[in-house]
Amino acid sequence: MTTFLQQLVNGLSLGSIYALIALGYTMVYGVLRLINFAHGDVYMLGAYTGYYLSRKLKGSEPSLSGALVVMLGAMLVCAIVGVVIERFAYRPVRRAARLTLLITAIGVSLFIENGAQLVFGPDPKFFPSLAPRADFLVGGVRLTSEQLTVIAVSFILMILLRLFILKTRTGKAMRAVSFNLDAAKLMGISTDGIIAITFALGSALAAAAGVLIGMQIPKIDPLMGILYGLKAFVAAVLGGIGNVPGAVLGGLLIGTSEVMVVGYLSSTYRDAIAFGILILVLLLRPQGILGRAQKEKV
Amino acid sequence: MKALVRAVVVVVVLVLLNALFTGGLIPDFSISPYFLQILSLAGINIILAVSLNLINGFTGQFSIGHAGFMAIGAYVSSFMSITFGDRIRASMAFAPESVRNSALLLVVLAAGAACASIAGFLVGVPSLRLRGDYLAIVTLGFGEIIRVFILNIDAVGGARGLGGMPRLANFFWIYLFAAATIAVVTRIVNSSFGRTLIAIREDEIAAEAMGVNTTRHKVISFVVSSAMAGVAGGLFAHYLMYIHTNSFTFIRSFEIIIMIVIGGLGSITGSVLGAVLYITLTEGLRGFAQYRMLLFSLLLIVIMIVRPGGILGHRELRDFFSRRRRVAAATPPVVSG
Repeated sequence: MTTFLQQLVNGLSLGSIYALIALGYTMVYGVLRLINFAHGDVYMLGAYTGYYLSRKLKGSEPSLSGALVVMLGAMLVCAIVGVVIERFAYRPVRRAARLTLLITAIGVSLFIENGAQLVFGPDPKFFPSLAPRADFLVGGVRLTSEQLTVIAVSFILMILLRLFILKTRTGKAMRAVSFNLDAAKLMGISTDGIIAITFALGSALAAAAGVLIGMQIPKIDPLMGILYGLKAFVAAVLGGIGNVPGAVLGGLLIGTSEVMVVGYLSSTYRDAIAFGILILVLLLRPQGILGRAQKEKV
Repeated sequence: MKALVRAVVVVVVLVLLNALFTGGLIPDFSISPYFLQILSLAGINIILAVSLNLINGFTGQFSIGHAGFMAIGAYVSSFMSITFGDRIRASMAFAPESVRNSALLLVVLAAGAACASIAGFLVGVPSLRLRGDYLAIVTLGFGEIIRVFILNIDAVGGARGLGGMPRLANFFWIYLFAAATIAVVTRIVNSSFGRTLIAIREDEIAAEAMGVNTTRHKVISFVVSSAMAGVAGGLFAHYLMYIHTNSFTFIRSFEIIIMIVIGGLGSITGSVLGAVLYITLTEGLRGFAQYRMLLFSLLLIVIMIVRPGGILGHRELRDFFSRRRRVAAATPPVVSG
């Protein structure tokens, strides 16, 4: 039982990372109906920005304020990156066929991956520890401060996002754009601005996930975004793509099942589990857990 | 009859070229082994590009895991020729050596293609039932997962890679299969089945309204494309005589995509052109190896923004040379009656 609880905690902390990335996928899909292939790479850029920022802050002891600066800095940088990607790669082809958009996204993803290998070097880097660390023992379950930070920070960010989408005017406009882009435009909403904000928000969340994973698994490399991106996308589909609470639910489920498979079966298949789940979802419930089936119309 | 004549001509030309390149035709003339290898690998890329174009260009579904199917073909056929090769050859002791080798190659390629098509079916059925971009994500995942699985199967070498298969493929066989791939894909595209695929690409809802079983057509097209990738993998393995999962990463899949996007999605000659251009550029840019993929990915984005049809678009190369065809390609067919 203790083992199970321990695995559950590990799974939740991994799952909240997936959830943060999945939010970006699902939000962009909501407004543009695009699988943003480059999203996993933005997450990687977030981890690297965090790495270089914390190197700059070196000398000072690991502290909470330092960690906060690193986190916010990475989020800001990646928000800008997200807006730039949207402006220069996706906006020119937004009206083109969906396949064109998809190929552009693949191109952007390849560009970032190869650019990162040139700039950062292809070898893994080791993320410095940001905050003072401690372990807690609760009923035989070991909770590391990193895990608690990851879970707490992700949930704070998710709640903030939810409040933003539901309570602000911009959030309302986002919902309108995601419901029907052309109708939203006719109602006087600046759709270009809203799409840019969506990319900024999604990329900032991915950057936060990047810094958090750096704290937990301190090894980062330029291609780390591919597998995490893939799994986070599966999480978004599992929860119902385009659905914000669904992305969180999907992320937690994927993270937990992955950790359980590693714990009880074999670590060989840790990357296969998300893929298996994706196939099952597509076969049994393609609209996802919380999504509603939509009939495609002409 | 015309097709038979054409096939014979192709075979004869390839046999002569093969002899010429290896120095068997004109004494004291042969091309360097390095150039011959590049030429042969280009042929394998042509098979991959043309077959991927069937699903990506003509059917309008986006697969980005072609390397996965290639890996299955390569590993299954290598395993076959290593394990059963001697027995198969022994069973044909009456035939001369070259015939036995050719028969063995055909048998192992068939096995590789069969397994690749089964994998294509298993991947295609869940993802192609749905509209949208799911195939892209599923095939990307599949390509990476199959690599991890192969890495963990000790019988095929795992992380050591797999070697020891005989060198059965050469320039002749590779280009024979490239020609066959081009012929088969051309025939498919110009058949009523192929027209249906194009209808699905242009408007899936309209095609469905016309009574097309879209899922069935998409799955068949995907399975055929996977089988051809399996053949390419088998040829690759029996040409280089050593394979490792690193040859079949998603980078390889993206390379094939870049070829068909440069050449033109939905153009067979475009894919061939794209494959040749890609090889020429990569060999020409050897000195800038680390900037190569950066350049190609930028090219991909720019092509999509400036000329989403690639070099040839939906047209074939010969459309540019014959006026009648050019007019026919430019004006939509008029419905008579």
